Amino acid sequence: MADGMVAVRHSVWLTMLKGGLAMPMRCLLLALLVGVAALGSGPRVAAAADLEPMVNALGQGGFAGAETAIKALAATGDPSVAPILDALNKGNLFIRKADGKAVIAMHNGSELLLTDPVSGSELGAESAGALDKIKVNNKLRRVIRAAMGTLTLRNADPAARLAAAGALFKSRDTDAAEAVAAAIAAETDNRVRRALEQAYAAIVLTGDAGDDQKIAAVAVIKARADQDALGLLNSAAQSTAPAVRDAAKAAIAEMERSLVWWSVLQDCLYGISLGSVLLLAAIGLAITFGVMGVINMAHGEMVMLGAYTTFVVQDLIRDFAPGLFDLSLLIALPLAFAVTGLIGIAIERGIIRFLYGRPLETLLATWGLSLLLQQAVRSIFGPTNREVGNPSWMSGSIELGHLTITQGRLWIIIFGLLMLGALMLILHRTLLGLQMRAVTQNRSMAASMGIRTPWIDALTFGLGSGIAGLAGVALSQIDNVSPNLGQGYIIDSFMIVIFGGVGNLWGTLVGAMTLGVVNKLLEPFAGAVLGKILVLAFIILFIQVRPRGLFALRGRSVEQ
Amino acid sequence: MAGMTGARLLVGALVAGSTFLCATAPAFAEETIKVGVLHSLSGTMAISETTLKDAMLMLIEDQNKKGGLLGKKLEAVVVDPASDWPLFAEKARELISVDKVAATFGCWTSVSRKSVLPVFEELNGILFYPVQYEGEESSRNVFYTGAAPNQQAIPAVDYLTEQEGVERWVLAGTDYVYPRTTNKVLETYLKDKGVAEADIMINYTPFGHSDWQSIVAEIKKFGTAGKKTAVVSTINGDANVPFYKELANQGIKAEDIPVVAFSVGEEELAGIDTAPLVGHLAAWNYFMSVDTPENAAFIKEWQTYIKSDKRVTNDPMEAHYIGFNMWVKAVEKAGTTDPDAVIDALVGVSVPNLTGGYSAMMPNHHITKPVLIGEVQADGQFDIVSQTPGLVVGDEWSDFLPDSKDLISDWRAPMSCGNFNTKTGKCGGEGS
Repeated sequence: MADGMVAVRHSVWLTMLKGGLAMPMRCLLLALLVGVAALGSGPRVAAAADLEPMVNALGQGGFAGAETAIKALAATGDPSVAPILDALNKGNLFIRKADGKAVIAMHNGSELLLTDPVSGSELGAESAGALDKIKVNNKLRRVIRAAMGTLTLRNADPAARLAAAGALFKSRDTDAAEAVAAAIAAETDNRVRRALEQAYAAIVLTGDAGDDQKIAAVAVIKARADQDALGLLNSAAQSTAPAVRDAAKAAIAEMERSLVWWSVLQDCLYGISLGSVLLLAAIGLAITFGVMGVINMAHGEMVMLGAYTTFVVQDLIRDFAPGLFDLSLLIALPLAFAVTGLIGIAIERGIIRFLYGRPLETLLATWGLSLLLQQAVRSIFGPTNREVGNPSWMSGSIELGHLTITQGRLWIIIFGLLMLGALMLILHRTLLGLQMRAVTQNRSMAASMGIRTPWIDALTFGLGSGIAGLAGVALSQIDNVSPNLGQGYIIDSFMIVIFGGVGNLWGTLVGAMTLGVVNKLLEPFAGAVLGKILVLAFIILFIQVRPRGLFALRGRSVEQ
Repeated sequence: MAGMTGARLLVGALVAGSTFLCATAPAFAEETIKVGVLHSLSGTMAISETTLKDAMLMLIEDQNKKGGLLGKKLEAVVVDPASDWPLFAEKARELISVDKVAATFGCWTSVSRKSVLPVFEELNGILFYPVQYEGEESSRNVFYTGAAPNQQAIPAVDYLTEQEGVERWVLAGTDYVYPRTTNKVLETYLKDKGVAEADIMINYTPFGHSDWQSIVAEIKKFGTAGKKTAVVSTINGDANVPFYKELANQGIKAEDIPVVAFSVGEEELAGIDTAPLVGHLAAWNYFMSVDTPENAAFIKEWQTYIKSDKRVTNDPMEAHYIGFNMWVKAVEKAGTTDPDAVIDALVGVSVPNLTGGYSAMMPNHHITKPVLIGEVQADGQFDIVSQTPGLVVGDEWSDFLPDSKDLISDWRAPMSCGNFNTKTGKCGGEGS
C-alpha cells in the first residue's frame, strides 16, 4: 500500500514538473504534497497495551532481535515510542530478570529506580543485580536514530523536528518517504521545511524513483552544499542511469570548486587557533626570558600546575556543588594565577636570585626544578591522566558558512588575545609595569631612583609564572592533564620567544600566529611529522639571518 | 703501644664481625627467589606502566601467601628505567647480573623491548612481555603474553567489514615501529580482500601530538565519499586524549565513522570525558567488564590491594596475571629456577585466564587468547559487542607480509629456531 502511495505521488510530481518548470521548487513540492496529504495516511496510533510485548521484545534475541523490535515499534508511528527508544539509546533500558519485563531505570545511590516505559508509572526500586541492561551497538544506534527521526517528525518543538529531519537525511529510509512528505506539507518553520525537503530529496536519490525526479533531487541537495551533501552526491554519481550520473558529477564539480576556498580558510582558522595555543604557552616565557633574560626550564611545569589547579577545582565542585560546573573555569582562573604566581616568586627568591648573569647555571637549576615538580605532582596525583571536563559553553562547534569552529578553540583564541592585551596594559600603563621595564633596561639607575629592584624581580617572575598558570587553565580543555603536560610546550615556547624577538610582546604574538598558520597550511601536504620538521628548519635558517628575531629591540637599552 | 694494640683489637673485631656477617648474609639471600619488575615509573610511559608494577607486586604477594615457590619466598626487585630506552637495557643487565633475578616481567613500548632483547639473549634471562605488539620477532628468552596482530588487529578489521559494512579505511598511527608494521600488515590484508588503494588513507603523527584539528577534518572529508568509513587507530600514549576530544568537538559520531583503537584501554579512558565517545571501539583480549567469577575476584583483589575502588584493570594486567601463573607452574614442573629448564618447561603450560577459559603457551612463545571487541560506554568501561568463539593462537610472523609469510617459530628441540624458513628449510630467515 505504501508503494502505491509513493508511485501516485511521484507521477503527480512528474506531471507538475513537466507543466510548471517556471514555478519555484518549493511551490511545486507544496502543491504536490498537499495532494498527498489529502490522499492522506496519518500516523496510526496503537493502543498502549499493544506496545508492551513489543517493548519487552527489545531484550530478546540479542542485537538482531532488538533490531527487529525497534523497527516494529517505529512502524506503529506512536509518538510515545520515542522516549522509550531514547532511553534504550542512552543505556537506561533494562530487563527485569524475574519476569522479563522491560523497565527504565535511573541510578539513585546504589539502587535503581524503575519506571514503566509505556505508561511512565513508577515501579519501585531494585538492586543492580536484579536487572540486565539491554545493550546497543553502533548498528542499533543507527536504526534507533532513523526510527526517532520518523517518530519525532511532528514534535511540537522545532529543534526536535530539525533534528528529525537531519536524522532522516542521514538514514535515507525509503519507508519514511510518505511521513516526510506529510510533515513538509504541515511544516510552518522555514528552516525545518528546508531540512525536510533535503531529507526528502535524499530519500528520492537513494530510492528507485525515475531519472527526472532524481535529477531534481540532485539540485535540492546541491543547494545544501556541505560535506554531507557531497557524500550523498558521490554515491549518486555511481548510479546506473547516465543522466543522473552526469547531473551528480556536474553538481560535485561545482561544489568542490567552492569548497576549495572554504578549506583554505578553514586551514587558516586552524592555524590561528594553534597559534593562540602557542601564544598562551609562550606569553609567560616572554616576560621571564624576554624581559628578565632568565632561562626558565620550569616554565612548562607552571602551565602544568595551572591545569592541575583546574582539575582540583573541578573535583571539589563535582563533590560539593555540581551546579557550579559551568563556572569552574572562571573560578579556577584566579586560583591558578595565585598558585603559580606564588610558586614563581618562591622560585625567584629561592633559586634564580643567586644565579643572575649566569645563564647556564640558571638553565641547569631550573631544569632540575622542573623534574622535581613533575615527580612531586606524580607522587601526589598519580602518574595517570586526570579528567578535566569541558563546561557546556565550551563544547560543540559553530557553523559559519562552511567553516566549522569548535567552541573550545574559539574561546581559547579570545582568551589568548585578552591575556596579551592585559599584559600590555600592565607593562605600559601601570606603575608596576613601569618599574619592571626600568629595572630591565638599567638596573643600577632604577635602584638609584628608589625602586626596590629585588622585589620587582620577584614580582616580574611571579607575573610570568602566574600567566603560565592561566595558560594551563585554558590548555587543560584541549590537552590531557598529566605530569608531562609541560614538556610538550617548553620547546615551542622558547622557539616562539626567540623567533618573535626577545623582549617584545608584539613579536610573541606575530611569532606564535605565523608558526601556527604555517604549520597548519603545511600539514595537509607534508603530514604532521614532516610539517613540524620543516617549521623547525625554517626557524633555524631564520635565526641565522636575523639572530635577534622578528621584532628585535634596538638601541642602548639592549645590553649584549 | 697500648693504643696500637687497642686499635688492632678493634680492627680485628671489625674484620671478624664483618666476615661473620658476610658468611651468614648469603644464607639469608638464598631464602628468596627474586623476580624482576622492569616498568617505567617516571617519564612519558609512567602513565601506562606504573599500574603493571603494582599488579606484579600484588601477584607476588599473593603467591607468597600461598606458600611461595619451591618452598622459598618470592622477592620483587623493582627498578625504574624512566621511559629511557637505553636505560631499559642497563637496568635489565643489572637485574640479571647483579640482582640475579629468576625471571623479569616488563617493558611496554616495542622500542624498550628491542633495547633489552640483546641483554636477555646474551645473559640467558627470561622476559615476560605483556603488551600487544607488531610481531616480526621471536626470541628464545622472551615469552610474549600480549597480542600479536592476528590476535587483535585482523579480527577488529574483520568485525568492521562484516558487522558495520566498512569499505573505506583510515589507518592512523603514531610514528614508530609498532604502528608502522601493523599498518603494513593491515594494508596488505585489506588489499587482499579487495579494498582499492584509493579507499585506504594512512597517516602518522609524532608522539604526544596535541593539535588534531586538520587531521580530524581530513578524516571527516575522507568519509564523505559515499562509502562507509572507519578509522583504525594505532595512536599511542598521550596523543589519544586530544584526538578523542577533537573527534567529539567536530561532531564525529561512532555511528557514522567508528574508530577502533588498539592502544586505548580502561586506563587511558580514565582521563577523558567519555560521554561523546560512546560507540567507538577497542579490540583487546580482556576487558574489565567481562562478566566471569574469576574476573570479579581479580578486580576485587586489585581494588583492595591498591586501596581505591576507582582504579581499573586492563588487558596488560591480565597478560601479567597469565604470564606469572605460567612461570610459577613451569618452575614447579621443572623443580628449579634455572632459565634453560624453565624455558623448556614453559611450552605447553596451560593456566586459566580471566575471561572464563584457559590460556596455553605455544612453541613459538606466544599464548592462546580470545579476541574481544568492545564499545566505549559513558562510564569509561567497555561493552563487549563481539567475541571470537574460540581461542586464537598468536602468530608473530604475519602471513600478510612477504618477508615473513614463510617463517615459523618453534623453540622446542630439535628445531629450536625463532625464524625457520619453511620454503628454504633453513633457520635464520628475515626478521629478528
